[in-house]
Amino acid sequence: MAVQLDARPPVVPAPRHARSPRGSRLTRFDTRFSPYLYIAPFFLLFAVFGIYPLVYTFWVSLHDWDLLGTNPTFIGGQNYSQLMADPDFWHSVVNTLGIFVLSTVPQLLLALWLANLLNRQLRARTGWRMAVLVPNVTSTAAVAIVFGVLFGREFGMINWMLDLVGIDAINWKSNRIASWVAISTMVDWRWTGYNALIFLAAMQAIPRDLYESASIDGASRARQFWSITVPLLKPTIIFAVIISTIGGLQLFTEPRLFHSGTNAIRGGPLRESQTVTMYMFENAFAPHYNFGYGSAVAWLLFALIAIVAAINVLVLRRLGGGGRKEGTR
Amino acid sequence: MGTFSRRRLAAVALVATTALLGTTACGGDEAAEDGPITLTVDVFGQFGYDELYKEYMASHPDVKIVERGTGSNLDEYSPKLTQWLAAGKGAGDVVAIEEGLLVEYKANPQNFVNLLDHGAADLKGNFLEWKWNQGLTADGKQLIGLGTDVGGIAMCYRKDLFAKAGLPTERDEVSKLWPTWQDYIKVGEQFKAKNTGASFLDGATNTFNTILLQTAGNSTGYSYYDTSDNLVVDSNPAVKQAYDTTMDIIDSDLSGKYGSWSEEWVSAFKQSKFATIACPAWMTGVIEGNAGAAAKGKWDVADIPGDGGNWGGSFLAVPKQSKHQAEAIELAKFLTSAKGQIGAFKAKGPLPSSPQALDDPAIADSTNAYFADAPVGKIFGTGAKSLKPVYMGPKNQAVRTEVENAVRTVELGQRNPEQGWTDAVNNAKKAAAK
Repeated sequence: MAVQLDARPPVVPAPRHARSPRGSRLTRFDTRFSPYLYIAPFFLLFAVFGIYPLVYTFWVSLHDWDLLGTNPTFIGGQNYSQLMADPDFWHSVVNTLGIFVLSTVPQLLLALWLANLLNRQLRARTGWRMAVLVPNVTSTAAVAIVFGVLFGREFGMINWMLDLVGIDAINWKSNRIASWVAISTMVDWRWTGYNALIFLAAMQAIPRDLYESASIDGASRARQFWSITVPLLKPTIIFAVIISTIGGLQLFTEPRLFHSGTNAIRGGPLRESQTVTMYMFENAFAPHYNFGYGSAVAWLLFALIAIVAAINVLVLRRLGGGGRKEGTR
Repeated sequence: MGTFSRRRLAAVALVATTALLGTTACGGDEAAEDGPITLTVDVFGQFGYDELYKEYMASHPDVKIVERGTGSNLDEYSPKLTQWLAAGKGAGDVVAIEEGLLVEYKANPQNFVNLLDHGAADLKGNFLEWKWNQGLTADGKQLIGLGTDVGGIAMCYRKDLFAKAGLPTERDEVSKLWPTWQDYIKVGEQFKAKNTGASFLDGATNTFNTILLQTAGNSTGYSYYDTSDNLVVDSNPAVKQAYDTTMDIIDSDLSGKYGSWSEEWVSAFKQSKFATIACPAWMTGVIEGNAGAAAKGKWDVADIPGDGGNWGGSFLAVPKQSKHQAEAIELAKFLTSAKGQIGAFKAKGPLPSSPQALDDPAIADSTNAYFADAPVGKIFGTGAKSLKPVYMGPKNQAVRTEVENAVRTVELGQRNPEQGWTDAVNNAKKAAAK
């Protein structure tokens, strides 16, 4: 409550009654500091579960640290320089970016399209809107295992269907591009509906009269979509892109459970779909147990996400520049 | 207004302190328990201890035993165990350690109770000598684990598929078909020519590991590392010989290419998609679990091509972090006793590492109903006492992973045998240096 009061300057000065000095001091203290106290629990938790692990991981990454060993030795930036020259690491970066692009681009376009459909007058509208969210409710592990079976080389349903139309079986788990496609499908299946609902919420905030005047001017539905809806959705699209970036670059469960059996953490015999997080896990835990090296991977992943998110924002700003003028005209 | 603010301030303070307390409270110890103590046993695969637990709990009413990890594979189990050990919390009171991973744990013995301090020295005679020695640290001063089983190797095969291909089905005749691995390949080619709809074997990696351990046991006595812990992937003739034999198997297109332990591998068991599988004693339990009741009586056990060999086998250890060390040690001693090993063998087939248990008629005369009443005690047990162990070096698991992956890439047609060998050697060196 205090937060809201502070945020708005009072229109009419409150009538002031005579009051004891002690009481007014307390009131001042209250209005000035209690907002911070209200939000303090979050920052306390963030410090314990966010900042501390972050800093500790960095500290670990400067050491030659065997997970079970007793005496880690300080080696400065050696893990990082070794990592920069590690082809397997860069291979995993390319995999991650590849899967990210293959999953995020169609996912957001599809979500936009779905949201646009759901925004129209439909029978049982709420039912449809809930239905698109259902995949998001299922557990990632279950999704990954089911898709892993669907994309099986010999017993999988996808290859069976391909066979029906005369296409040879694809080895989804040991072909680099095929495994990216399979994993992207999983991600999209789960997240498209979620993003569609976010877009839909933003679409409903767009004033109806904009569309009415546009149709009076004779603008087609498509024209209305591209010239009104998309520009006004820009902040929401940026939000969705950044969230997808963070999730996409940290992709772990789907590719990890897509593979099964011995050393699935490699993501295929030639590391076809090993993401950066999987590479981190492979190094920090089995079979290498090199905690320092794994921590260095974690930090480079952090840098990578920051870079990609920044690029996203820049590109979207540039793209949205023309659209905003049109929207506010 | 004044009292209102003060009350609000108090509320804020309360929220803040609650949050603080909430974050620190997890540090506290669990409340002391009354009644029976709970001992947690961490295993992977099938150890066959269920009946033994019941018996132990009946004679020790103050102990309750909980087993975790049954049926999980080693790749899921070992990282978890390592994390628990590193974190100082979370591991069971008794933990199973596979021999290939034991070397890494032995390098950091401070995580485990020294069983020699708890009267284990008297038990030496209960184990095959090399099994006992494997459990000791390099200086011989600490005993990390008591042996459970050893992995004598046979060849398991599907009688129905052999009949379909016009091959003999009786185990003695089948054993005579393949005195050597080259003979095994010849039989495979005959099998393949009959187009039964099944492959001759499941996948190349497990077969490669079997051939390697057999060849190494019969020659150098070590595989990827020599006994001074130098990496010898490219200079140990046993490794190259096993690799070349495996390449012959792949060349003849005998493999079903099912990645070992994968979902497809399990499906292939269920759908009878391959006819033979290299079969360490503990594998019999795995086959029964994967192929299910429908295949009962269709599997049988013959001799392995070549001469014997040992793959796998485990130990039971007690982590230092256990709160009930004394009780846990007692339980580990019970489970690894000759009696315990016989009980486990009867339940799930792991071959005892205790010479007394091996000599016991309960093992020697035992048959396995699932495998068409094959005299498994005789098949696996006869060679067990003369098993030649293979020495494993510090990064054995990481190196093995790289070499087996190289085999897998050739099997899947992603690399030719020469490229695969180059990959194996280079990646093994890289993994060993990590």
